[in-house]
This record gives sequence, C-alpha cells and structure tokens, in this order.
Amino acid sequence: MLFLIIKRILLGFITLFIVSIITFVGTEVLPGDACTTYLERQAFGEQLEACYRRLGLNIPAYERYVSWALNAIQGDFGYSLSGEMPIKEVLGPRIKNSLVLASAAIFIGIPIALILGIITALWRDKLPDVAISTVTIFAMTIPEFISATLLILIIAIWLEWLPGIVIVPTDVSFLELLPNIILPVVAIAMIMTAHMARMVRSSVIQVMASEYVQMAILKGVPYWKMVFKHVLPNALLPAINVVALTIAWLLGGVVVTEVVFNYPGLGRLVIESISNRDLPTVQALAIILASIYVSINLLADLLTLMLNPRLKTLQIRK
Amino acid sequence: MKLDNIYKEEKKSAVAKLSEIIITMASRPSGLIGLSILIFHIILAFISPYIAPHDFKAIDPTLMLQAPSAEYWFGTDDLGRDVFTRTILGGRTALTITFFGSLIALLWGGLLGIFCGLVGGKIDDVVMRIVDAFLSIPWILAMLLIVSLLGTSTEVLIPALGFFYGKGIVRVARAATHDVIAKDFIVSAKARGHSNFSIIWNEIIPNVRDAILVEGAMRWSWMLLGFSSLSFLGFGVSPPTPDWGLMISNARGLMSFAYWAVIAPIVGLSSLIIGINLTADAFAKALGIDRSTKAPV
Repeated sequence: MLFLIIKRILLGFITLFIVSIITFVGTEVLPGDACTTYLERQAFGEQLEACYRRLGLNIPAYERYVSWALNAIQGDFGYSLSGEMPIKEVLGPRIKNSLVLASAAIFIGIPIALILGIITALWRDKLPDVAISTVTIFAMTIPEFISATLLILIIAIWLEWLPGIVIVPTDVSFLELLPNIILPVVAIAMIMTAHMARMVRSSVIQVMASEYVQMAILKGVPYWKMVFKHVLPNALLPAINVVALTIAWLLGGVVVTEVVFNYPGLGRLVIESISNRDLPTVQALAIILASIYVSINLLADLLTLMLNPRLKTLQIRK
Repeated sequence: MKLDNIYKEEKKSAVAKLSEIIITMASRPSGLIGLSILIFHIILAFISPYIAPHDFKAIDPTLMLQAPSAEYWFGTDDLGRDVFTRTILGGRTALTITFFGSLIALLWGGLLGIFCGLVGGKIDDVVMRIVDAFLSIPWILAMLLIVSLLGTSTEVLIPALGFFYGKGIVRVARAATHDVIAKDFIVSAKARGHSNFSIIWNEIIPNVRDAILVEGAMRWSWMLLGFSSLSFLGFGVSPPTPDWGLMISNARGLMSFAYWAVIAPIVGLSSLIIGINLTADAFAKALGIDRSTKAPV
C-alpha cells in the first residue's frame, strides 16, 4: 500500500519533470526568444542586451533550464516582463481568485450532480431522466463562452439582477468579490455539474444491474435501504477518478469563462501574458496548471485506494 | 477455400455495413436528431456561398445595428454587415479545419497507440509518460502559445489541433490494442511468422478500428469547441472571414441593444456541436461501444 502511494507520487513528479522540459523546449524551438518576442520591433541594440542580461538568456540553454527548474521548485519563477515584477507576486492574488471561483463551483456542483445523477439513474428512461438528461447534454456540449454570454444577456442585461462583468482590482478582498462571482460560478458549475451527473448516472445504472443488488432485491431489502446501503457506496467510488479528470479538464474552460466575465484569475492571466508575449510568465503558468492537474489526479487515485478495501488487498497481492 | 469465401463476403458488404450502422443510428430519436442536424450543417457549408443574399464583408455605415427585417432577416452588425449571410457562412471554416484536424488526430494517435500497445516494454513506458505530460498541460495554453508565435493560418491550425487532440486517442488505441493482443488469432499470426506490420494491418486494425473511430468522432466535437474558443479569444480565424466564435466575441459588447447579432451565431455553433455530439454518441451505440463512463480527456 505504502509502496503504491510512493510510486504514484513519483510518477506524478516524473510527469511534471517532462512538462517542464516540454515547455522549456517549446519556447526554445518556436521562433523568437523571450526578449525578441516581447520587445518586437524594438528588439535591437542596448534594449535587447539589457533584456538578455536580466533574463540571463546569454548563457547556454541547458544551464538556464537547470537554474530555472531549481528556482521553480522553490516557488521562484523569475521575472514577469509585462508586469515588471517577480512572477511570484503576479501569481499570488490570481491563484487566490481562481481558487475561490473553482471551490465555489465545486461545492455547489458536486451535491447537485449527485442528486441529479441518482435521480436520472433510478428513473432511467422515464420522464425525469429524459428531461434532466436533455438539459445536461445541452449544458455540457455548448461551449463555455456561449453559456457565459447567454447568462450575461439574460440575467445581467434583460433581468438586471446581477452585474454582468467583474470590475474589481486583482487584489480585492473576499467579501467585495462575492457578489461579482455569482455568474461566473454558475457558468462553470453548470458544465461541471452536467458532466458529473452523467457519470454518476451511468455508474449507478451499472451497479443496479449487478448480481449483489439483484440478490438484495430478492432478499426483500426495502428499496431505499438498498439504494443507500448497497448501490451508492459502490457506485460513487469509480466516479471519483472521473470527477477529478473533469475538474482538471475544466482548467482549460475556466480560461475562457474568466475572459468572458473579466474575472481576475489565473485564466485571464494566461490570455494576458500570451497577448503581451510574456514567455517567462507563460512558462510559469504551464507548470502551475500542470501541477494542479497532476495533483488532482493523484489525490483522486489515493482517495479511491483508501476508500476501496478490495483494491487495497488486490494491489498487495500483486 | 472456404476461408477465402468468408473473407470476400465481408469485403463486399462494407457499403451495406455502413448503411446498416447509419440505419441503427437513426433508429434512436437522439441519433436521428443528431444526424439530421449534422447533415443540414454539412449541406449548408457546401451551398451557403451560392445562396447568401448579401456580401459577407460589405460594410455600410448607414445600416449599423439594424433590427431584423424583411431585407436583413437576422439584422445587421456593428459594421452594417448582414448577420444572416455571415451566420450561414460562419460554419465553413470551423467545419473544414476541425474535420481535417480530427483526421490527423485519428491517424497519428491511433497508429502510435496501436504501436505502443503491441510493442510494450520500455518504448511504451516512455511514450506514455510523454503523452501524460502533454495531457496535463491545458490544451488552451499550448494552442494559444503556438498560434501567437506561428500565426493563425490554416497550415498552422490544422496540424496543431490535430496534434493536441490526438494525444488522448493514443491512450484509447493502446487500451483497445491491449484487449485484442492476448487473443488467439494474434498468437497464431505471430506463430505463422507474420511481421509486426502485417499483424497491425491485418489483425489489430480491423479489431480496434471501431473504438478509435468513435473516439475520433467525439474529438471532432471537442475540437470544434476548442477551435471556436480560440476564435472567440481572437486567436483563431482572422477577420473579416465570417466565423461564429469571432462573431460572438465581436457582437458581445453590444448585445444590450443588438442581441440579434449574438443570438444567430450562438444558435449556429451550438446546434452544430450538439449535432456532432449526438451523432458520435449514436455512432458509438450502433457499434456497441460504451462511452458513458469516460471522462472528457
């Protein structure tokens, strides 16, 4: 068991190591370096020299990679070209804001997804299932920017209930942020809930068809007791991994949603730094977003391992 | 002699098989809806240049932000261009780019996955680590970086999208190959002394083809979503080419008094994505592949 956990964590680190090489090589191979891309037409003479010196671009690439990686492990990602300050300081408030957005969406989304998924599975192919499933298919296939735009149009412009875009400075306090984040949270939670509800649905349906549930029915176990005692614990376990992948996948979608609502989080920073051609910040963002992805997956793996006694013994025997 | 006959019979029925699959797909209401939407969009993409009532790039300041009328069915946008014309033309670029992108994704992802599944060992380990690493970088970050450094031409977009949406297919193809590889007919093909290439071509591909095709169909809808997100962010098709993502992002700022300019492309793009999605779903069901527990990676 312990061996397994250590192995998973190690694999995660190897993945991150490869990600760091990919981002480094990627920015190296693509035309232009950090300084010429950033300075564009002013990339000559003194200015270019100064930029090279500041970023240390005049030393060989592999040496630069080693020192960058060593600093990155300690949380120092270098200097942001467009922000004119250390990337660490640019990232701080952005990570906090994105975390607020994501955790609010997750806390709203998971319970609703569970309830919807269970309802649709238990009333499979009946009216509640058809109605809810149709809505979830719409919610998960429509692009984030469309659902977000429609939300703004209906809730903010036509009904005038909530502000349509977020107009607050990056380092605003939590309470001031609160009324502004309702629409972005709804936009993200909608897609996430739809995905998760569908997975819970198919997972519950699978368990309902299994032999031990048939056995419980034959034994005369009351319906709801059977659902809560025999079906749900077994149905929700495999959903954990899928939920983790869904959350991680949404990292890409959050970028678009944050841009639509003008929300000062990590996603908008991605767009800003790419528009400003600020390659050091892009590198830092790639490694941070990849770490989030890897750690969410790792967490889900470990959680499933710990919650499922069968898996535990199986792995030990192996 | 007998074996030869069976083989021929299967070859002959390829067209029949395809029509059978399509009939099975259309027999479910969701499949029928999906197929009709998709076919409608494909036909529209072919004929729209000939039926468009106005010039898609004709700018007319006197016609700015007109409400829908008999002359301009969906109104006009902030530059006085006809929204109806731009909407029916708006899917062509996206459909073409994502179709060829998915083909590329299918080819390289499928072949690499089959190869890794067959060879196994060290090569497989290394390739899968790299695929995992690529999966953990958000696609949007990588795509934006490539597009901003190399430009937004079709020659950049198709291979880039094909590459980034193919890495997930590697996993699916590899898993499908693993399922097949322990079967007796592979062992006997090896015993007969067939080369790796022959085994892949004659034994493995016919057996994993369905799983990979279904995955590719699904990727098509995700790629369309990704591509239109790029356009929306201003990193996709460049103006004045009519494109739904671009139209939505342009009209969004003015939607408090000209909602028609944003509703029309929204309906166009959403219906196409839903159509492809439902079709891919029905396709999977017709081939007997269960995708219901898969995560969108």
